[in-house]
Amino acid sequence: MSYEEKGTWVLLTIAVGGYAVYLFLVLPQLLAGTSVDDVDWVTPMLWTIGGAIVAGIVGRILVEIVSPSESTKGDIRDKEIDRLGERVGGSFVVIGGVGALALAMFDVDTFWIANALYLGFVISGIMSGITKVVVYRKGVPTW
Amino acid sequence: MVKPTRVTNEIRGLRFRHGEMTQAELASRLGVTRQTVIAIEQGRYSPSLEVAFQIARVFGVPLDDVFHYPDIEEPAS
Repeated sequence: MSYEEKGTWVLLTIAVGGYAVYLFLVLPQLLAGTSVDDVDWVTPMLWTIGGAIVAGIVGRILVEIVSPSESTKGDIRDKEIDRLGERVGGSFVVIGGVGALALAMFDVDTFWIANALYLGFVISGIMSGITKVVVYRKGVPTW
Repeated sequence: MVKPTRVTNEIRGLRFRHGEMTQAELASRLGVTRQTVIAIEQGRYSPSLEVAFQIARVFGVPLDDVFHYPDIEEPAS
């Protein structure tokens, strides 16, 4: 497995894990009947976003210690796969943005607007990662 | 529409006829990763025209000796 493919797996795992931690911290408050005005979501969101960045760096270092790559340089195929993955993921950032915009127009609570944006980012990261992993495994498609 | 490449290649055979060149050695000469050479050999990745010419240059053969593309059947008139 190449350095870039390993990195994709690390980021995909962190995208899923980070959001799972966020839901673990916020969902119980909602389920307990706490009003969205009183739900503590800012701190968990900041910590999971910050934690994901740190985990991404640490994760890549740990993976390279356990399974060193032949080279840490990407090549033209890595760039093509990255471009394809980012294009797929990017559409979900737009969907999240449009969703947040619609919520803002309806004067919905900030909680839902922020969470729509965050979910858009997370889905973008996950779909981008899945696309890259599939393409690494199955091959770069031609049109 | 996403579809698999129809391009086939003779890279594996050419490597063995050139002193059993390893995938790592070919990758090093092309400036790509070994995984990319494997993907090209297995038909999971169609290289750019530039890389294709570089591969042919490494083996000292014309491009047609490395890559093949099936003839397209003419529609019946």
